[in-house]
Amino acid sequence: MTAPTATAHHHEERLWWHFFTFSTDHKVIGIQYLVTSFLFYFIGGSLAGVIRTELATPASDVVSPELYNQLFTVHATVMIFLWIVPAGAAFGNYLIPLMIGAKDMAFPVLNAIAFWLIPPGGILLMSSFLVGAPQAGWTSYPPLSLLTGKPGEFIWILSLLMLGTSSILGAINFMVTIWKMRIPRMDIHSMPLFCWAMIATSALILLSTPVLAGALILLAFDLMAGTSFFNPAGGGDPIVYQHMFWFYSHPAVYIMILPFFGALSEILPVHARKPIFGYRAIAYSSLIISFLGLIVWAHHMFTSGVPGWLRMFFMITTMIIAVPTGIKIFGWLGTLWGGKISFTTPMLFGMGLISAFLIGGLTGVMVASVPFDIHVHDTYFIVAHLHYVLFGGSVLGIFAATYHWFPKMTGRMYNEFWGRVHFALTFIGLNLTFMPMHELGLLGMNRRVAMYDPQFQNLNLLCSFGTLLLAISTFPFVINMVWSWLKGPQAANNPWGGLTLEWQTSSPPSIENFDELPVMTSGPYDYGLGGKKADFSFLKPKQRVMAASAEK
Amino acid sequence: MTLKFASTAIFYSYPFYSLISNLLLKQTLNPVNIPSNILTLVAGILLTAVSLWYGQNHGLLPVQASEQAAQVDGLFNMMMTIATGLFIIVQGCLIFVAIKYRRRAGDNSDGSPNNGNIPLEIFWTAIPAAIVLMISIYSFEVYTQMGGLDPMASMGHKTPSQVLAQGGESTGMNMEGMVAMDAQRGSIALGLGATPANENKPPAVLIKVLGLQYAWTFTYPETGIVSGELHLPIGEDAQLDIAAQDVLHAFWLPEFRIKQDAIPGRETELRFTPNRLGEYPVICAELCGAYHGVMVTKLYVETPEQYQSWIEAQQVAQAAEPRTPQQVAVDVSKLSSNQYLQPYAQELGITPEMLQHMDHHQHHDQ
Repeated sequence: MTAPTATAHHHEERLWWHFFTFSTDHKVIGIQYLVTSFLFYFIGGSLAGVIRTELATPASDVVSPELYNQLFTVHATVMIFLWIVPAGAAFGNYLIPLMIGAKDMAFPVLNAIAFWLIPPGGILLMSSFLVGAPQAGWTSYPPLSLLTGKPGEFIWILSLLMLGTSSILGAINFMVTIWKMRIPRMDIHSMPLFCWAMIATSALILLSTPVLAGALILLAFDLMAGTSFFNPAGGGDPIVYQHMFWFYSHPAVYIMILPFFGALSEILPVHARKPIFGYRAIAYSSLIISFLGLIVWAHHMFTSGVPGWLRMFFMITTMIIAVPTGIKIFGWLGTLWGGKISFTTPMLFGMGLISAFLIGGLTGVMVASVPFDIHVHDTYFIVAHLHYVLFGGSVLGIFAATYHWFPKMTGRMYNEFWGRVHFALTFIGLNLTFMPMHELGLLGMNRRVAMYDPQFQNLNLLCSFGTLLLAISTFPFVINMVWSWLKGPQAANNPWGGLTLEWQTSSPPSIENFDELPVMTSGPYDYGLGGKKADFSFLKPKQRVMAASAEK
Repeated sequence: MTLKFASTAIFYSYPFYSLISNLLLKQTLNPVNIPSNILTLVAGILLTAVSLWYGQNHGLLPVQASEQAAQVDGLFNMMMTIATGLFIIVQGCLIFVAIKYRRRAGDNSDGSPNNGNIPLEIFWTAIPAAIVLMISIYSFEVYTQMGGLDPMASMGHKTPSQVLAQGGESTGMNMEGMVAMDAQRGSIALGLGATPANENKPPAVLIKVLGLQYAWTFTYPETGIVSGELHLPIGEDAQLDIAAQDVLHAFWLPEFRIKQDAIPGRETELRFTPNRLGEYPVICAELCGAYHGVMVTKLYVETPEQYQSWIEAQQVAQAAEPRTPQQVAVDVSKLSSNQYLQPYAQELGITPEMLQHMDHHQHHDQ
């Protein structure tokens, strides 16, 4: 692609306080989403810190057992609904219009409304600590959720309804924008893979989130009005709640992972100077995952009130999901194979994602097997599995994407050395924290417990030590981000030599993204196909600054 | 049997990955002529050996105390063998490309323009598909052997309204109601039923299990014994009918690899044959409240003589003074010998006030 020369004057029109307003600019909204979700990441991480401190010893000696249950309930809720899901929306908002050559999202006001539901929803959730936070787990299974702390539980429901609404509004916007607003020459098969991933994600959100809303509203009636939809004491059925809950909450896993699979498919080719391997396979596998993701929910209920034949059905659908997921992993390996890999921070996090997510994927096939899942269900094996998927997959993906698009978003370059330190600490911390949990679960440690059998102490200490590393790892990250945003060296418009359209405009992009309509002269991943003279000076900060000033 | 299964699986999958590595090394991606057949042969043999060894020697599971446990472990070992192989292949590829295809200083050119290879993509779609198909079939077989598809267990479950109509009455789910409702043959609940060998046979031992915050209680209907510990004779087909008084619980025996949720208003079932003497933990695995972590008790697998003498001792003790499960629950927490329970025994001990509180909850919720 030949970049139309962009001038760097427009970003002066955006001032810092615009980020605190009801702005309808998708780039402002994207950064609002991202910063907000990072703030909640630190809150959720602090809760995890207290949880792991409690679990460093077998006795319940740091917080009361009631508070412990509140902590893990809010930890999971924050990490899912206020960190990973909004972070996916952050990149969707920021990148989609830029990648398809549009001036903004299809419905800018709706977009702003979707974002501004999140801070009040989050503050509402955190305020529940003042009246006793919810303590029935993020799954909030009745009857327990109907018996413990009514105000906290009700606040949890209200907060989730707000966040779910936000998610639905965002998904409508992504769908329509990608479908209707691509530049004329971009057909769906020359769209960046991130857009494919966001279509798959949005479809899941639109199909499944309303079911969660239904379950939560019925639960609220049981809680506040004394109805008996799910309350067995009045003839209700708690298992129906589980079905409705997981009809959303399993797809939620893919809602949380697909955007970052998409981001990874953008990041790897750029930093390996290699076309994506098997574009169509990776694109379609997102859609297949999305479809299959809707018919696997009861694998969370293999030990619950689900008859044997249904357990078998959901076992098989769940197993099949490994196939499109495998296609992606092998496709990424094929992308790296034969490339010229630069170990930039985004690439390190990207390769870390493949490495860690693989473990979550392998254990995922294991827990899909009903006889084995019967043993490990509701144990630390599941805790290990889900964190390898959501931390090893989604969170490493968020970091990769944050570093990769940082120069585009801020117009400045982050510090590569501290980025690499951040990666090393995160990757070691992640494995130390979650790897021993597999063994804990297999040996017989159940999850969601404040006190445990002393035979498990050594492994738990190891997990807690890993958490300490993860906590430490956020410091180089935060300092690097804040310092670089304010004082970092100016970044070139296209510091990585990327071919997708967002790299054709200025850094940060002007108010309406492109001064002239961008032109596609190649596919999004045509590296090594001749005709492109990418600038490879990005590895040395000094040269990078020079490149930036040369452009101006 | 497992070893054989796993080695067969690995043996048959060998041609696939040798083909893949051939494609990778020779056809498309390696310009230099490495004698790839030798390389892949050596790599394949090493990979198979390491995977097989680790699949059998991971040492991650507790002892096996039932036949089901051995079957589940065989399945897990097979999956572990495959997972180890895939783990080594993918992580090995990552390390390999990181070394071989790193950008050298001063090299500002792009990598190879290779953007796909249809035969290769078909292969890495087909192999995982074949693997998960194989695991599914094996899992299905194990699940059938465990009694998971016993039609008596999986079909005839009751709806909550039936359960309540039978046992709930106007006072809600008191213990008598829960016990009375479930004993009809032919209308058994969800969970693991009879193994194919025992199908249509009544179990040798039938025990009613009740989960309540925060204890398990066991009622032996034939003798009327109510206990806070589970005693089972070795080698006898035992059936647990599991109910919950207040919230969801999950009855888990790690050494037996079996677990089933206890659901208020709906009865579930676990049927198994212990085959190893000893003392094993009984754990609640479903979050049931603040003291979920101490909802544990013991299962004693005993010789028939020991079992009989325990039954007789209990009968004598309880003849004078019949017990209810709620009273037993109090005993459990007070008598607990686990050291880590001691700090909570006072808090945990289900006092008369707490019982009253629980009753209050139930009345309130109606």
